[in-house]
Amino acid sequence: MAKHETPLIDQLSSGPWPSFVDDLKQEAESRAKNDKNVDFQIPQDCVDDLLGVLELSYKHGRTHWKHGGIVGVFGYGGGVIGRYCDQPEMFPGVAHFHTMRVSQPAGKFYTTKYLKDLCDLWEFRGSGITNMHGSTGDIIFIGTTTPQLEEIFYELTHTFNQDLGGSGSNLRTPSDCLGQARCEYACYDTQAICHELTNEYQDELHRPAFPYKFKFKFDGCPNCCVASIARSDMSFIGTWRDDIRIDQEAVQAYVGGEFPSNAGAHAGRDWGPFDIEKEVINLCPTGCMKYEDKKLMINTKECTRCMHCINVMPRALRPGNDKGCSILVGAKAPILDGAQMGSLLIPFIKVEEPYDEIKEVIESIWDWWMEEGKNRERLGELIKRQGFQRLLEETGIKAVPQHVQEPRTNPYIFWKEDEVPGGWERDVNEFRKYHLR
Amino acid sequence: MAQAEFMGKTFTIDEDGFIESYEEGKCEEWIQYVKQQEGIDELNDEHRKVINMLQDYYEKNGIAPMVRVLSKVTKFKLKHIYELFPSGPGKGACKMAGLPKPTGCV
Repeated sequence: MAKHETPLIDQLSSGPWPSFVDDLKQEAESRAKNDKNVDFQIPQDCVDDLLGVLELSYKHGRTHWKHGGIVGVFGYGGGVIGRYCDQPEMFPGVAHFHTMRVSQPAGKFYTTKYLKDLCDLWEFRGSGITNMHGSTGDIIFIGTTTPQLEEIFYELTHTFNQDLGGSGSNLRTPSDCLGQARCEYACYDTQAICHELTNEYQDELHRPAFPYKFKFKFDGCPNCCVASIARSDMSFIGTWRDDIRIDQEAVQAYVGGEFPSNAGAHAGRDWGPFDIEKEVINLCPTGCMKYEDKKLMINTKECTRCMHCINVMPRALRPGNDKGCSILVGAKAPILDGAQMGSLLIPFIKVEEPYDEIKEVIESIWDWWMEEGKNRERLGELIKRQGFQRLLEETGIKAVPQHVQEPRTNPYIFWKEDEVPGGWERDVNEFRKYHLR
Repeated sequence: MAQAEFMGKTFTIDEDGFIESYEEGKCEEWIQYVKQQEGIDELNDEHRKVINMLQDYYEKNGIAPMVRVLSKVTKFKLKHIYELFPSGPGKGACKMAGLPKPTGCV
């Protein structure tokens, strides 16, 4: 028997999509029964109370969590998001309902043993509810009490060799597309560098030292399966700089209808037989492709590596052999001065262990932003405020046409004093000798 | 709001143990009270230096300083601040200095 009446959210049990309400109820029931005789360290009925407080929010149309919350574990300045219910008497099970961020493995590959261990721990010391995963990538444990935080942290680190993720004004948990693990487009080992940089910058991740949050994301190719260009202050997007590898026989197989285009992604509807001119050649954004005498040709110099042709004919076209990544910076959500996507900073850089060149870029950006960034100013906003030119100076990168989509249209151009013969020191009396008042 | 009693004084605190009013917390009793919760054995001059800096800055500017400013003024590296205050400058030092709870996307 459920603890609270929940007529509004009960409606979300119907319909074909997996219902979070059903799942929560199942967990509430399982905790009530407690077949495994778990010695629950937080209220046994916390999931019932969560459903109750959610129902109340559905009724009122407003949240019932109090503002903020500062909790954590000793040694770290982040990793736990404190939360308290604003109706603790009505819903004592969620009076404390803190969220813990647990650092996830790159690419989110798991073994059941690992997940079962985490579940056992969370059942015992938490609510049993999770978010797999938070948008930044972390495994998220939803709902526990303050006294349990150190206990969970101890268990995570000592028994499972597992650390917390990031929160606050620091480096947040980096994440990546699954990369070379099972994608033939991946231009570098996204998981390896994601893992390496996460380890390298543990200090920056656990102890907030930045003006604001900072995120890394690693995409193996411009398809951007982890959306690094939109969701990370520093976005690493795989690319190549030699020719796309063409298998002419496989091209014929596509033309002949033997291979489905886009690996069958549009098989749900009849789009007619594959037409290479219409679906590939004419859609190429630079028009650098030709199909003549049953032969596909690509003028590499004009190719912007948008991935379209490769996406359409994955069995015939492959990224080149000279691979690396582009680095883009400054993406952020709208607050405060408007949304931004990453801007191209480094068109091409090799991605090779131990990633020293990449670390140099990261650290030079941090040096600048940590010194000049205002309180709660994202990197993207600092770039807007002080200028892209300043970013180039601080990172020691030479300005190239690839840095802009188009040149500026206004003539408010700053010059450095030493670039101008004679400098800025002028005597108005000298001027008056030739130009009378 | 909960009440905490310590060394004959009563403090009004929130769930996270931050004090409700800055003025009320500007006393030795508050510092001693927070000390025992924040994993600090002995308070030394360096602890005092951080607390005093936070209080001066807050009184002058009405906000807590950025971590970088705290480091610069006290000349303590962030690592050392964590050695002094295991919960860090926000949850540890600001709480002890009686400053309002840090807010935002934490």
